[in-house]
Amino acid sequence: MLGVTSFSLTGLSGQETSFSTDRASVVCFVKEDCPTCRTVMPVLAAMFKTFADHIDFHVIGQTAEGNRQLAEEFELPFDLLDDSALKVSFDTDVETVPTLLVTNAKGQTESERIGFVREEWQALVDDLIQQFSGSECDLDWSALPEWRPGCGSLSVDPMHAGRLQAEAEGSPIRARRIEVGSLDDEFEFMFDQGFTDGLPVVPPTPERVLRMLSGTKRDAQEVVATMAPNMAKVTVEKIAINAVLAGCRPEYLPVVIAAVEAVCTDDFNIHGVMATTMGASPVMVVNGPIRHSLDMNMGLGALGQGNRANATIGRALRLAIRNVGGAKPGGTERSTFSNPMKYTMCFAEWEERSNWDPLHVERGFSPEDSVVTVFAMTGGPTIIMDEDSLGGDALAGSIGASTSTMLNAKAYGFSTCLMVVSPEHVDTFKRDDYSKAQMRRRMQVASEKTVDELIELGVTDEQQARLSKLEPDTRLSKFGSDEDIDIVVAGSEAGKCTAFFHGWIPRSIGSIPVSSKIEV
Amino acid sequence: MTVTLLDPTNEEVPVARQVTPRPAEVKGRIAFMDISKRQGNLLLDRLQEALEQRLPQIEISRYVKPTFSKPAPDELRQEIKAGNDFVVVALAD
Repeated sequence: MLGVTSFSLTGLSGQETSFSTDRASVVCFVKEDCPTCRTVMPVLAAMFKTFADHIDFHVIGQTAEGNRQLAEEFELPFDLLDDSALKVSFDTDVETVPTLLVTNAKGQTESERIGFVREEWQALVDDLIQQFSGSECDLDWSALPEWRPGCGSLSVDPMHAGRLQAEAEGSPIRARRIEVGSLDDEFEFMFDQGFTDGLPVVPPTPERVLRMLSGTKRDAQEVVATMAPNMAKVTVEKIAINAVLAGCRPEYLPVVIAAVEAVCTDDFNIHGVMATTMGASPVMVVNGPIRHSLDMNMGLGALGQGNRANATIGRALRLAIRNVGGAKPGGTERSTFSNPMKYTMCFAEWEERSNWDPLHVERGFSPEDSVVTVFAMTGGPTIIMDEDSLGGDALAGSIGASTSTMLNAKAYGFSTCLMVVSPEHVDTFKRDDYSKAQMRRRMQVASEKTVDELIELGVTDEQQARLSKLEPDTRLSKFGSDEDIDIVVAGSEAGKCTAFFHGWIPRSIGSIPVSSKIEV
Repeated sequence: MTVTLLDPTNEEVPVARQVTPRPAEVKGRIAFMDISKRQGNLLLDRLQEALEQRLPQIEISRYVKPTFSKPAPDELRQEIKAGNDFVVVALAD
């Protein structure tokens, strides 16, 4: 028989009631949407009137709203107790409602009724009459059905059972558990559920997620951010699950968490970034000591495949955006062509390979901080290959002029870019002691076009009217300000190249790059 | 042997919203919201002319969202809701 452990629950009246092991008790678990529970409500009411002076009476409902409905409909003489947390139902191992238990003055269960069998309930009531009141129970048993099966207790419903089990075990896991049958292939199942980006994912078993959570000191249930378009609360646990899917190691998790924080800001505007037809996606740049401890690639092939940290950290962010945020192609993700960066795009800056301040230091962090910065980029990396520019001015001019057709040849003054300068190009700049600020300015000058040149390319009447207010030889910049050009260093020792990521819509009308410190 | 997986989604069931019943006639206050996409204002100008010719019992108010790339601010949505019976949102380019 089921045993009742001590509990304390609040009734509809607001009064708290405790299970006592000093007095005999009737304990009955019910839920409002169970027809059999509704059948036994008048029985419980009659029992209460007969025995309440002699025996404690605890009728426990499994939802707060259901309790209100039952009390209203049946004019109950007792205070329905609220077990909407389902903890008492779970602790008592209730599988079916109604479950009626009678406990003695030591708290031990003496009788148990599951579902409703009229003869058995009547026998139990007769037994209580003999033991306690001596007077008959005011109840027309013949009006009741002979037999009704009970319904499943909410505490064994798959929606709640995993959480209850995890709470009981002291586990940090609260996510819904999904059982995949032995005849099903879990990899196919995850494709069918839409959990993947089109490539296979690692099954997020509780064991793997627990191991992943060991990568952070943060509480698994801490809400890291609210993510559009679902406006979903993103917990550390949900990020960890998606990090498992992506193939991350636990030590990568803090980077993914920081990246989620960064993309879920109003500045970064992940909703717009995902929704745009222009196919924008977050490009993640990692700075600081964590690059080395995670063995991230900042050298040969840094922007491509082959390094687990680069590949899976970027993928984990994208899977979290897809699965938790709910941005899916064809849903709120409306990109015309989309972009391979939507699978993953994450790399580290080779800070030591240049004498420039690294990105995170430029953005106000200490060199010893580990930081992830996210950029909304629509294209790239395209390669600007230049072996002929042997000085800073020549090279920055060449790189700048190469940006002039980004988005389109007439798109002037409204986008951003991220330049990844290779070591050989860094050396060219270094020879001239050329700063990042000089590079930005020179790029802007080299990509300028005059009003006449833009009009010559063909513009709308509206644009022509706007441009015609300026002098024909007025020179316009490709980027609205020098600060719309970001510069980092990565790549192999061989190759006079700069990799060029094309931006999206800048500033508060689109997306602003965001840096987030990585809490290790 | 079954395999247990943890749900990677946010698990929340979205609220199912009903489309508001269509009224028999269009009259009253209509909000025209320009989402700040290029030429959305032109589209709304033409539409306003057409509606005002055909539907004399309407009063159109114009609103502008700060940027097309983000949802409308709550205050703007409340303002539109409080002052209007209908809303037309213009998407253009």
